[in-house]
Amino acid sequence: MSKKLRVATTSLAGCFGCHMSFLDIDERLFPLLELVEFDRSPLTDIKHCGPCDIGIVEGGICNAENVHVLREFRKNCKILIAIGACAINGGLPAQRNHLDLGSCMTEVYLTEPGLAHGHIPNDPELPLPLDKVHPLHEVVKIDYFIPGCPPSGDAIWKFLTDLIAGKTPELGHGRIKYD
Amino acid sequence: MSETFQLDGNAVPFEPGQTVMQAALAAGNYIPHLCYHPEFKPHGSCKLCTVKVNGRTVASCTMPAEAGLNVESDIEELNALRRTLVQMLFAEGNHFCPSCEKSGNCVLQALGYDLEVHTAGFRHLYPDRPVDASHPDILLDFNRCILCELCVRASSEVDGKNVFALSGRGITKHLIVNAESGLLKDTDIALADKAMQVCPVGVILHKRVGFSQPIGKRRFDIRPISAQALDDAPRQADASGSCAACEGAP
Repeated sequence: MSKKLRVATTSLAGCFGCHMSFLDIDERLFPLLELVEFDRSPLTDIKHCGPCDIGIVEGGICNAENVHVLREFRKNCKILIAIGACAINGGLPAQRNHLDLGSCMTEVYLTEPGLAHGHIPNDPELPLPLDKVHPLHEVVKIDYFIPGCPPSGDAIWKFLTDLIAGKTPELGHGRIKYD
Repeated sequence: MSETFQLDGNAVPFEPGQTVMQAALAAGNYIPHLCYHPEFKPHGSCKLCTVKVNGRTVASCTMPAEAGLNVESDIEELNALRRTLVQMLFAEGNHFCPSCEKSGNCVLQALGYDLEVHTAGFRHLYPDRPVDASHPDILLDFNRCILCELCVRASSEVDGKNVFALSGRGITKHLIVNAESGLLKDTDIALADKAMQVCPVGVILHKRVGFSQPIGKRRFDIRPISAQALDDAPRQADASGSCAACEGAP
């Protein structure tokens, strides 16, 4: 291949479990690095995304900063992939969606025993939480989804190698998991 | 010598009175389904089992088998529609597989796996559906209900108790418990009831046994649902009330 594909990754309202699982492709990282190079990613510590071929986003959208980062990825990435349960349906953070955000904050920071004289954090550096947690596809167009919590290293490898080979990615039994 | 119909180009024998679904499963040919259960009268509501019979789309679980029918099931046109049905069910409820103790034994999830559904895609509704943990041995998590009515049918037809019913219309339709308080603790449901065994998803749960079988070693972790047609072949309920197609017996 004459030119390496440029890949960016990030974790929004996620736990970095999908990134850890990505590292579970183990020694296959070496053949992968023959084909791709990394732009913005926890692996490179590059802070902003440049023009990329593939963007991989873990986690859902729970605050204003998540929206900005996701839009930066969409703007710069030809192909955008949602990876993991949270990116796909909101996952664990979305289990607050049937609750009122204000009463969540009140309970966590004010009325929960052991937090006497606490206050709801209001530092201007903190991104404002959204009323609801959203899957990525409700905010920008997503091209592909890799389900799992997290998807296994094998699932990620199969998906990415199919995609890089120009095939429609298929996971198949044992690699497609929602849990 | 029984008569046959054609299913995706293969001859499938049938007994008089069997439906297309029953004959197909008995012959080891899988047709995707959610609300069909081998021990109950067909319901025809989930539409996952829709096939083309002589060019017309029908529910295979209610379609009587007839000699010479030309049935198409495993074709992309129908699988695409099935994928959409599964996606809509996922978007309509609160289906968080990583925190569900039915994961791996869930028919909805297994269908998603088999049809390569990577995302629900639609805007998720995130409905507010409080759980009913009132009963000492049984948990009801309505968040996962897909309204298949299997528990309704099992409780009324087999258990003779009418513990469950559906209430409301359209998007407000929901599963209710038949007690003045609306709580499961005020019914005569028992762990040995058929209604305890038929939920295809994670609504009706036996408390304290959820993870006795580890995630990753469960029914649909081992083999895809499409390879388990015979488990859903028609049969009578056995004396103990257990069945291969039901969740690992308590």
